[in-house]
Amino acid sequence: MANLHVSLPGLDLKNPVIPASGTFGFGYEFTKFYDINCLGSISTKGTTRYERYGNPLPRIAEGPAGMLNAIGLQNPGVEAVVNEEFVKLAKVYDGHVLANMGGHSLQEYIETAEILSKSDLVGALELNISCPNVKEGGMQFGTDPEMAAKVTREVKKVSSKPVYVKLSPNVTDIVAIAKAVEAAGADGISLINTLVGMRFNLKTGAPIIKNKTGGYSGPAIFPVALRMVYQVSQAVSVPVIGMGGIASGEDAIEMMIAGASAVEVGAANLVDPYACPRIIEEMNTFLDDNGIKDIHEIIGKSHQYD
Amino acid sequence: MKNYQGLMKIVSHKKLIDQVYEMKVEGEAAKFLKEPGQFVNIKLTKGMTPFLRRPMSVCDYDDHSITMIYKTVGKGTKLMSTMQVGEELDFLTGLGNGFDSRDVKKAIVIGGGLGVPPLYRLVKTFKAEGVDVTAVLGFNSASDVFYQKEFEALCPTYIATMDGSLGTKGTVIDAIKEAGLTFDGYYACGPVPMLNALVKTYPEHGYLSYEARMGCGFGACMGCSMKVKGAPYKRVCVEGPVFKSEEVIVNG
Repeated sequence: MANLHVSLPGLDLKNPVIPASGTFGFGYEFTKFYDINCLGSISTKGTTRYERYGNPLPRIAEGPAGMLNAIGLQNPGVEAVVNEEFVKLAKVYDGHVLANMGGHSLQEYIETAEILSKSDLVGALELNISCPNVKEGGMQFGTDPEMAAKVTREVKKVSSKPVYVKLSPNVTDIVAIAKAVEAAGADGISLINTLVGMRFNLKTGAPIIKNKTGGYSGPAIFPVALRMVYQVSQAVSVPVIGMGGIASGEDAIEMMIAGASAVEVGAANLVDPYACPRIIEEMNTFLDDNGIKDIHEIIGKSHQYD
Repeated sequence: MKNYQGLMKIVSHKKLIDQVYEMKVEGEAAKFLKEPGQFVNIKLTKGMTPFLRRPMSVCDYDDHSITMIYKTVGKGTKLMSTMQVGEELDFLTGLGNGFDSRDVKKAIVIGGGLGVPPLYRLVKTFKAEGVDVTAVLGFNSASDVFYQKEFEALCPTYIATMDGSLGTKGTVIDAIKEAGLTFDGYYACGPVPMLNALVKTYPEHGYLSYEARMGCGFGACMGCSMKVKGAPYKRVCVEGPVFKSEEVIVNG
């Protein structure tokens, strides 16, 4: 069996597979399916300073090989996350989490990061500056390099843990944003968040999602994610966590070939609750079948063709 | 064997009335169903479109089989209607709370259209538990009625149709009032306007099964969260689909 161990700032991963925020709750929901200690880490549900119900229903629609969601960062607020959700998770999970967090203002990001980073369960923060489904904040921080750098810098000042910044694909130049957050002190970069999309009811003409727009995810966006991971991982020196449409072990391998040091699995968890352990097993099989002894041999393997 | 998940083989599949089908499947994953009103979530293809599973109510079940009744309303259910006996489908089963509060002596079950199926198993369970149970089933028209005989074989059954072509003309509430039915608990599944009307008319002792567009069906995505009284939200797929009338926010 090949060595799948990857060491990243704040995260010592026995394998590079991490369920993506928003598709895995606070992790403990999945213990009814399998022992979640097989995972590299867990990117927990996006947390904000205060409780949020999120968007009105319906929040979900479909498209070819993918789905649209507009949950709107539903979460019980950072105090309840740390004192209740993380306590439940710590009972069934021995590792450290990548705590995903969002905000509506700079001040909210700062306060949330300060509280969240103090939790013993947290290995690193994942700063979501790319949520397409909240009216103010979220993506507006992630589509402008100066704003992205500013929120990164302020969160870095208060966080006692490394900070990964999760980028939006809904920009014309993702490399510029990646370079800006790296310069502002980001310890790593996660990409990509969902692509903004819509669906309509054929009879009434109304948008299917009540929020009108939602974020598209699933295998349909995989090539877009590969391209952005490929570009960003060559432009920055901090590690990149790659995500967007990964549904198999071979997809995860391809994402690492594009330049990711670890991967997140999102929409696939919702269709197949066993997706993550299956992907870990499939990665092992691929590496063994191809005589690869260590996962590091494939990270950024595509870059030699530049 | 995986928890809650397994392949189920289609053993019978027939049209009951126009657009409404009954499908029976067999497989080990049936054993995870513990309560009437729990639901299943079905992957209709090995491919990636349709991408999401389809949540489906359960009409009847035992340790190795599940019977469902569905209507072809969208791409997923249309695809499902073309499936043949012998084909296997990937099921998640035993989802949601179901009608797990049954501490009553005299119950009525109230179904509207495609909300009728899960009440069939509920009536069977009530009978086995010695509860006095009556069914009130509402449809648009006589041509939309299914499972009338199956319910009549189990318990007193009243039908309401909006056009008056069978039973009471009007809603299930009109039928309950016309028959002068009394109860110490009611159990309902049907379209949201019917559920809302029931909560307004009978604010207490009701258990109502809701549906929602779901991402996962097992609590991971928060796609189906409903606002309720006494909690910031509850997920239709985990804390529901059955909610107490006392906690439901009408038009919430």
